[in-house]
Amino acid sequence: MIRMLLLVIALMGTQAFAADPAIFEFDDPTQAARFQQLAEELRCLVCQNQSLADSHADLAGDLRREIHQKMQQGATNEEIVDFLVQRYGDFVLYRPPVRPTTYLLWFGPALLLVLGFGVFIVSMRRRNQSLTPTLSEAEHRRMAKLLEEEDL
Amino acid sequence: MLRYTIPLIIFIGLVLFFADGLQRDPRQVPSPFIDKPAPELGVPRLKTPDQEIYRSDLLGKPALVNVWASWCVACRAEHEVLLRLARETQLPIIGLNYKDKREAALQWLANLGDPYTTIAVDADGRVGIEWGVYGVPESFLLDPQGVIRYKQIGPLTWKVVEEELLPLIQSFETQGG
Repeated sequence: MIRMLLLVIALMGTQAFAADPAIFEFDDPTQAARFQQLAEELRCLVCQNQSLADSHADLAGDLRREIHQKMQQGATNEEIVDFLVQRYGDFVLYRPPVRPTTYLLWFGPALLLVLGFGVFIVSMRRRNQSLTPTLSEAEHRRMAKLLEEEDL
Repeated sequence: MLRYTIPLIIFIGLVLFFADGLQRDPRQVPSPFIDKPAPELGVPRLKTPDQEIYRSDLLGKPALVNVWASWCVACRAEHEVLLRLARETQLPIIGLNYKDKREAALQWLANLGDPYTTIAVDADGRVGIEWGVYGVPESFLLDPQGVIRYKQIGPLTWKVVEEELLPLIQSFETQGG
């Protein structure tokens, strides 16, 4: 059983290398870093919770190859991302673009925070008001008397 | 009374919102190609490799472009639907044989029957990337002008044919396309 587990772990190890960008050749280390960063920002369509850099899916490999080739041809990051968005939609982006359909996604949490804070302030004010005692003349005198008695 | 009903209404609203989100299929990624012209093909045909097939070959009539491969398990179930579609309608079905071996693909057609008008060969998946394919099978319905009007991710079912494809094809005809 343990041997089986070890085998599985060993195989997983070798699989991880399959996604290693080192199989692509770059002119200089900054290019390699740029490639890695791009691949990490893009989502694999097959294993949707993995980036193109992490995914072992066949398609992820093809898309990495495509990105590499475009980089070699001198494409900018923006051009490469646009290429993928045109084909696969905004879904390939881990960071969704800011546009009217995503305003709620981007600004919703901040809006909720501000709203919640407003409600908090208003309710605190109300509570303070209701707690501030308003006594009539007679009650004042009676309270003063009671306090005096307590002092004795 | 209001101080209890307002939070309750907000809570019910949130429950409905999340319930709707949970019931959506995360694998159905909306295609950016809907209502856009179909991308180019420009690859050899499976049965006549010396001839290429182009997007312009699909114009003039509605057409279904079906991405399939002999190694794809879901394609086997879908194949029955395609055969029935070919038998019962005039809709041309263009296969896109995705990252497959030619021999295996031909064998598949010999064994299971061939619903395709013609088949384009995408040996290295390049055309697949151009068309935004991320899993086999996928199908695209093109109108007579070669604009993609519907995309099916995963196997076509007869229900989809009846409820989505056929009404759309009807609408192309009434538009005089």
